[in-house]
Amino acid sequence: MTTHTSPSVAQRAQLSRKDDSARYSDAALTPPVDVIEDSGGITLYADLPGVSRDKLGLHVASDTLTIEAESDLAVPEGLESSHTEVGLARFRRVFTLSKELDTGAISAELKQGVLKLRIPKAEHAQPRRIEIQAA
Amino acid sequence: MYRSLFPRDMFAEMDRLQREMQQAFDLSPTIRGFGRNGFPALNIGGTPQTVEIYAFAPGIDPSSLELNLERGLLTIAGKRENALPQDDEKAAIHINERFQGSFRRVLTLPDDADPDAVTAKYRDGVLQISVQRRASSQPRRITVQ
Repeated sequence: MTTHTSPSVAQRAQLSRKDDSARYSDAALTPPVDVIEDSGGITLYADLPGVSRDKLGLHVASDTLTIEAESDLAVPEGLESSHTEVGLARFRRVFTLSKELDTGAISAELKQGVLKLRIPKAEHAQPRRIEIQAA
Repeated sequence: MYRSLFPRDMFAEMDRLQREMQQAFDLSPTIRGFGRNGFPALNIGGTPQTVEIYAFAPGIDPSSLELNLERGLLTIAGKRENALPQDDEKAAIHINERFQGSFRRVLTLPDDADPDAVTAKYRDGVLQISVQRRASSQPRRITVQ
């Protein structure tokens, strides 16, 4: 996200660090999440600031859910950053799902950088109250 | 102390370690502390014409964001609503990492920032603030007579 106009010593150091980071090009931030379960299913909220709908990838493969996203900020030409707290523009997080969840019926909504995922429980896994027989 | 936006970020952890080392070796912080790991997370940069501030504040109603500029101090304040169910007894909260509640961050702008030429826009959960630098302080080429 940083573009440089004229390379100085510090920037050259940063550039060589960039070469390093190319080797670890799959480095990504772990977005913070909230996960809430109610009787109907699981709701997940994830903070993905700067991510637009087309840069968000959700994958379900057997029992894992992968959230992958890339933030894309409009950075003016020749910006030199002086203070960085969010140093990567990629987010990734993987969750293992349990089998009572209906992965075919996941709904997702991305609003102002917050992803809301709803994973309902499969029909047969809906809660039942178990009757206790009096002897 | 605010909760960090990316609490499990290893780079941030290493950074924190480095910062604590610096503190241990008596490198004086500014009066507002080292000012990291707050909500919203800030990236700050500059071009010759502007100072650019990116505040990573996802999921906030833009109308509740309060942005003040007074005597060279820029304040970003607001509140993030709680997404967790409050009164559902049957709901279980399995993971709770996201920031919630009120926040306020203050930062000093450089001397040449023009308080009358500030633009701010909120998109995809990122607040981008752009402050123009005063024309008088921009580099000029002086022609030699």
